[in-house]
Amino acid sequence: MAEAPLAHQFDDIVQQREAAGLGMWTFLATEVLFFGGLFTAYTVYRMSYPDAFREACHHLYMWLGAVNTAVLLTSSWTMALAVRAIATTDRRSGISSLLWTAALGTLFLLIKGVEYYLDLREQLVPGAGFRTAWSVDPSHAQMYFVLYFIMTGLHAVHMLVGVGAVLVMAFLVWRDSQVTRRANAVEMTGLYWHFVDIVWIFLFPLLYLVA
Amino acid sequence: MMTADPARGFSLWPESASTGAPDIDRVYIALLGLTLFFALLIGALALGFGVKYRAGAQVIRDRIIHKTPLLEITWILGPFLIALAIFVWGAVVYMDATEPPAEARAIYVVGQQWMWKVQHPGGRREINELHVPSGEPIKLVMTSQDVIHSFFVPAFRNKRDVLPGQYTYLWFEATRPGTYHLFCAEYCGADHARMRGRVVVMTPADFQRWLAADPSAATSGESESASGEAMPPTIDSPAFVRFGCDDCHQASPTPAGPALHGLFGQRLPDPSHGSATVDESYLRQSILEPNAVIAAGYAAPSTMPSYANQIDEYQMIELIEFIKSLRDAPMREALP
Amino acid sequence: MTTAGTLALPKPSYLAAGWSLRSWFLTLDHKRIAILYLASITAFFFVGGAAAVLMRLELATPESDLVTSGVYNRLFTIHGTIMVWFFLIPSIPAVLGNFLVPLMIGARDLAFPRLNLLSWYLFMLGGLLAVGAIIAGGVDTGWTFYTPYSTTYANSAVIPMAAGIFISGFSSILTGMNFIVTVHTMRAPGMTWFRLPLFIWSTYATSLIFVLATPVLAITLVLIGVERVWGVGIFDPSLGGDPVLFQHLFWFYSHPAVYIMVLPAMGVVSEIVPCFASNRIFGYRFIAFSSVAIAVLGFLVWGHHMFVAGLSLHASLVFALLSFLVAIPSAVKVFNWMVTLRNGTIRYRTPMLYALGFIGLFTIGGLTGLYLASLAVDLHVHDTYFVIAHFHYIMVGGAVMAYLGGIHFWWPKVTGRTYSEPWGIFSAILLFFGFNLTFFPQFVLGYLGMVRRVAEYPPEFQVLNVLSSAGASILGLAYLVPLVYLTRSLIRPPSVGSNPWNATGLEWGTPSPPTAHNFDEPPVVTGPPYEYENPQAVASQEAQNG
Repeated sequence: MAEAPLAHQFDDIVQQREAAGLGMWTFLATEVLFFGGLFTAYTVYRMSYPDAFREACHHLYMWLGAVNTAVLLTSSWTMALAVRAIATTDRRSGISSLLWTAALGTLFLLIKGVEYYLDLREQLVPGAGFRTAWSVDPSHAQMYFVLYFIMTGLHAVHMLVGVGAVLVMAFLVWRDSQVTRRANAVEMTGLYWHFVDIVWIFLFPLLYLVA
Repeated sequence: MMTADPARGFSLWPESASTGAPDIDRVYIALLGLTLFFALLIGALALGFGVKYRAGAQVIRDRIIHKTPLLEITWILGPFLIALAIFVWGAVVYMDATEPPAEARAIYVVGQQWMWKVQHPGGRREINELHVPSGEPIKLVMTSQDVIHSFFVPAFRNKRDVLPGQYTYLWFEATRPGTYHLFCAEYCGADHARMRGRVVVMTPADFQRWLAADPSAATSGESESASGEAMPPTIDSPAFVRFGCDDCHQASPTPAGPALHGLFGQRLPDPSHGSATVDESYLRQSILEPNAVIAAGYAAPSTMPSYANQIDEYQMIELIEFIKSLRDAPMREALP
Repeated sequence: MTTAGTLALPKPSYLAAGWSLRSWFLTLDHKRIAILYLASITAFFFVGGAAAVLMRLELATPESDLVTSGVYNRLFTIHGTIMVWFFLIPSIPAVLGNFLVPLMIGARDLAFPRLNLLSWYLFMLGGLLAVGAIIAGGVDTGWTFYTPYSTTYANSAVIPMAAGIFISGFSSILTGMNFIVTVHTMRAPGMTWFRLPLFIWSTYATSLIFVLATPVLAITLVLIGVERVWGVGIFDPSLGGDPVLFQHLFWFYSHPAVYIMVLPAMGVVSEIVPCFASNRIFGYRFIAFSSVAIAVLGFLVWGHHMFVAGLSLHASLVFALLSFLVAIPSAVKVFNWMVTLRNGTIRYRTPMLYALGFIGLFTIGGLTGLYLASLAVDLHVHDTYFVIAHFHYIMVGGAVMAYLGGIHFWWPKVTGRTYSEPWGIFSAILLFFGFNLTFFPQFVLGYLGMVRRVAEYPPEFQVLNVLSSAGASILGLAYLVPLVYLTRSLIRPPSVGSNPWNATGLEWGTPSPPTAHNFDEPPVVTGPPYEYENPQAVASQEAQNG
């Protein structure tokens, strides 16, 4: 089975694969801390102003969020299928699964975009246009939405990068006559994809299921 | 215009003017001793070994220490015990220095860029100066109108950050009449360096005279209870009437709001924190965020409107002092 | 064609392997990247240093007469941000770490050479933004960016500066990732964890902090930016936010950050002392574990910056106790270094002087940390010059001295040249005296009550301020002198052998300077590090064994 070319700094392909894997896990650890700061801020404010947060949460579209959760979970499944396919030299299934993953990711982003548009229309976007007549605690209701937009926005940026990476992988696999050479790279992309999915699994209940 | 600093000459040690200052100094001096000890120890080792084992010196170099773990454990345990001792000592002094006695006299401080405004209950106001009596515990109730400042009196060895949106507290008991530096210790913008002034400590008699001297001081008669003890004076509060507080808060609880007399200083049950003491912060939050804590017997959401952005800091102080004064005395009848 | 008696041509050193700009600015060689970092951080050091010079000149008189307070506020902010993020944090890891980590473990390069180059470009981009912020009028929030001043009130170039720090943070993260993966996966055969040089242990512990703490700073800077640009309340109480939450998030990174600055310095000292004492390091495992302990405990003490800021009593007690505990592993290291001198054969060369200077000044600096940890004293000295003196003893008396010691120690390896030893010794001693004259009076000033971040002060503080400013001029000179003689040493061609100091360590088995790929064959490690033979001890041991 063909392997990726050996970079000069590594002694053998096993070392190279180990390094890539540990590198990706370390990077994911940094992402946990990155989102962690936001989760901390959110938790602090939610514990201090539970009523304002509960009230604000009712204005989110929970069913859109739920659909998105299903979309992302499915995309993680297709990603796992892609990794398996490419490792076992099944080029067609591999590319198809990667494209499905990218499509589901894009669907997620589209649904998110619809949500944002609806929020904008209801004047729930913090800033000058924010409407708070429905809240007894306007400043903390706005705080909820500030955190909501930053957290989901940051997640969406990561999704976008992920979709891009998956498409690039699909292209590289398609172009390479020996697909197993790309197996490790696709696996690393899969790790990243699963991580972004897990972040959403935490975001969804925290933001949408406050009641 | 900046208030003149109290004139001082060169010195290597700050003066002390509070009951708490010597306690802090004792911990500091102990730490100085510890520092000297370890500095001399390391210095002696460096010098001793450094000279004895220098290249070219004819000396025996084979006395190997075999009990490495024992030595390591000794110099882990030793510093650990010392650290623990200093921690406990410092913590005890800290708790005393930050827990105001219940009978402390409250004085209000409002920090803003770049001056200190002081409000004495009863009416006297100061800018960049704080007059206090000696021999009596004083509690400063402080807030900021803009950014974070910090109220620092080196002679009292104490400081506390002054935060916007909430009250923080600093207490002391001054000992020696005199004038002492007051600094802002938290960088707050362009004129942070000029946000300084004086704390003027007076004898209690002088302080009473000073307090009464201001013609704008609120008049209040001392009333005596039946047993002949002097009661805290009930004060007027125009703000209490102007903002309509007396519509809902009367001598007895009404469906609209709880009664306020006797409220200050009580411990109340609080769903999220177990219990809360009604202090200045509690009253402030109740006025600005009525939905934060609902009084027992009343339903959420509160029917009390928020007075955020309507009440300035001086009015807040006036209201709080008024509510404090309702300890046991019945409220005055509402003015027509 | 080679025959038995023919020598193969020696490979060129990494310095000679390409002279084009491209070969430098698109290099993948960790050693060249280290040189790129060396040049950049030196430039930033002098920018931050210039700000300090102006500050100390201003502080020689009680009035704000040399510069206005607005300018002074920008000077101390520039000094802090540039020195922390663009000098101290990268200094030892990105210069010495990048150069030495592969060499010390017997690898040809780091695990991810392209990420390494990217990290330098991110660093430069961040630095460019920071310098841009300075040129655009400067920032006046202090390096700590406390809210709501920085988000709502400051009228200065906060966003470009915050963006510059944000981007340079990713440089740190990539460097940390690279080191962690390299140390885990690319050690030479026989190089077990407990045969690693202590510099690697320190760098590894530092990399853990890089990777776990820096992202929190990144998100905090994002939140400042959002609040400032959109005027929404995250930290501003008038909009429902909590300014103390900012402090928690900021210090959660910034306290571990100070261990990023001191752990590598300790690693350098652990290499220099055994070499110049010609003695095995005492307590190797204890020093190694202390590095990790410092990194872990360092994450648990951030609240000690906030004792007077509104922490609850319980939180204050917990943070204070942990702050006392974090001092203990550092003390362990100091004791072990001192005992390493015992039975040694001590040579007083420039690197050793810097290392001994570190030990002395770090001891003082570390002990004064206990004053701050002890809640009672902190009530008085928080936000005063006592704190300034404390952290300068550690970061300048400690980290910068160790950095210079490391530069002098590995200079022959990095450049193949030697510097003038008399000038080296002179500078080290001058620095030690200049440093103490600058910063010791500040302890006294702090306890007297002089607060931080002020261009003017009551006149009775002037004498001590003048002493401090006088010291600063000596200190400045002591930094300029090495710049001159180290640069001069580059005029002559490389002439140094592999191991001019008779040190142990795999890097000393390569030519000076090394070839581009470090090792032709991976070296095989068969014994512990620091095998400095003590002839008398060997003889006595043999006699004991019969």
